Amino acid sequence: MKDNAINTPIDPKQIKGWGIDADPKNDPTYPMRHRMNVGEDPDSKHRPTLQHVDEEVLKSIERPNVSAVFGTPEPPRGLSGLIRRQAYKYSENQYKHWLPMILADRVDMIEGVLDDLAHGHVPNIFAERGAKMDWKYNRSGFFTRLATISLLTAGTIVLFSGKGKNKNKRSKKQRRYQDL
Amino acid sequence: MLAMEYRGPKRVRAVQKPMPEIKHPQDAIVRVLRACICGSDLHLYNGNIPDTRVGSTFGHEFVGEIVEIGPDVTKVKVGDRVIVPFNIACGECHFCRQGMFGNCHESNTEATAVGAIFGYSHTAGGFDGGQAEYARVPYANVGPVIIPPDMDLDDAVLLTDVVPTGYQGAEMAGIQTGDTVVVFGAGPIGIMAARCAWLFGAGRVIILDKEDYRLEFARNYSYCEAYNFQEIGDPVVFIKKITDWMGADCVIDAVGAEAAGNTLQTITGRKLLLQAGSATALHWAINSVKKGGIVSIVGVYGPTDNLIPIGNAMNKGLTIRGNQTSVKRLLPRLIEHVQNGIINPKGLITHRMPLEEVADGYRMFSDKLDNCIKTVLMPPTANQ
Ligand SMILES: NC(=O)c1ccc[n+]([C@@H]2O[C@H](COP(=O)([O-])OP(=O)(O)OC[C@H]3O[C@@H](n4cnc5c(N)ncnc54)[C@H](O)[C@@H]3O)[C@@H](O)[C@H]2O)c1
Ligand SMILES: [Zn+2]
Ligand SMILES: [Zn+2]
Repeated sequence: MKDNAINTPIDPKQIKGWGIDADPKNDPTYPMRHRMNVGEDPDSKHRPTLQHVDEEVLKSIERPNVSAVFGTPEPPRGLSGLIRRQAYKYSENQYKHWLPMILADRVDMIEGVLDDLAHGHVPNIFAERGAKMDWKYNRSGFFTRLATISLLTAGTIVLFSGKGKNKNKRSKKQRRYQDL
Repeated sequence: MLAMEYRGPKRVRAVQKPMPEIKHPQDAIVRVLRACICGSDLHLYNGNIPDTRVGSTFGHEFVGEIVEIGPDVTKVKVGDRVIVPFNIACGECHFCRQGMFGNCHESNTEATAVGAIFGYSHTAGGFDGGQAEYARVPYANVGPVIIPPDMDLDDAVLLTDVVPTGYQGAEMAGIQTGDTVVVFGAGPIGIMAARCAWLFGAGRVIILDKEDYRLEFARNYSYCEAYNFQEIGDPVVFIKKITDWMGADCVIDAVGAEAAGNTLQTITGRKLLLQAGSATALHWAINSVKKGGIVSIVGVYGPTDNLIPIGNAMNKGLTIRGNQTSVKRLLPRLIEHVQNGIINPKGLITHRMPLEEVADGYRMFSDKLDNCIKTVLMPPTANQ
């Protein structure tokens, strides 16, 4: 790339389609073609047909209602679900909304491993992380990851063997697991 | 059915999941024929988007065949092969009616700052995505567009996101004839943005990345100048130098939260998650555009805060524009461009993998292995 000669600019007019979408009126509000403010919109309160709410949907407090359509997979569950419910009590404008959510995501990950184990499935973390690709195209990366995954696995075993002991102790271990 | 499943940061797998169901009268179920892995999926894959629940299926770039429709679906029928825009949009709300299909107000309950996106965490509506054999497609009267009979499915699948996003990146840059346009990021989006910049009459297009193979690809595909930012010293000074010390007229951030190039940004944004991703490219964009210039952001960042030199943006009189792409708004024009041979979307595809190998696909795309530009996943039911 140091050889700037290969970067000789070409005559743009030779490029297929050059200028066909040029638009001198493309001012900064352009992607909003039919700009209108809410006051001007007689239909601003109009809503599509509503999807029936038959499961738990966590709702942003910055809107009054559940959207007409919503996703249904993976409703909140377990400890991560408790944290998420708490987080949704705060607006999107607050760290109290987002930071616990990131924590919930990590707790969810641990709960996912426990859930796998409870179903008699030991997750193949190597395969899940696509280690085959590293082995094939990125050997040094492969060995770095090998070390990381071994640590993670050890962490999981420690965590799992602690299952059933008192609650406080377990949450400490969960924290330790996340630090790895 | 077989589907990709998220298990935690950098861990995904293919599993059997229940078939999706019609949940709303305007829903359709689609049998997926092609699904891509996108740079946007990497933010989820790396665990950087809050409320990404274990068990979710990603995939917002897919085409498929309609196999079931709800009672209110009139615009498509069973058997139609459709392009499914990555945004879920009702077509009826205040925003959809202004053509802002990426900002629909009736598809995402969990957050108001972002519209709904297939397979993109609960922060983007909690819908499962198309890296699966089947997917639920809400508002089937609004989103899906029938694939023209002469169109290759590989071209069609890139019309769900990459082509419109590259195009809107260039559109939002407000390019005027003869302008110098700088694009940060030579991934599929940046490469497409650079290609589309010419359509708006750019006089010069320059792309920056750190992957030599991508720069080489961009130079050929997008007819642009390409530079490795790791070999040019300070990229802002470099851009000033090659633009007569004025700065570029327009700059497009096609990198987003996984940006490299600044240790402080990388540690605080990608490792510690103290910021909503690393804002290195946006930082460079603001500092390398000319006074009064336009910065167009298509790179994705999380919902919290980022460190960017906003004081410079004010002092320089910049216009900053960004959005999730309004795919549906742009599709008619872009289908025309593909049919007229002006844009060649499938030229970006370098890898094709069975859905069963989704974990390998993510690793390869994430680590830019084997000169990967764009990967297509093939579900077992997609009898080509
Ligand atoms: N706005 C939208 O609607 C929309 C749609 C699709 C994708 N996106 C976003 O666009 C971005 C690019 O997507 P992609 O699929 O091309 O991803 P990608 O990961 O393939 O490409 C990103 C490229 O940026 C390069 N890069 C990293 N740091 C850089 C820096 N400081 N300066 C210049 N280049 C740098 C990387 O090497 C990589 O090649 C992502 O953030 C994605 O989420 C936005
Ligand atoms: Zn995408
Ligand atoms: Zn809408």
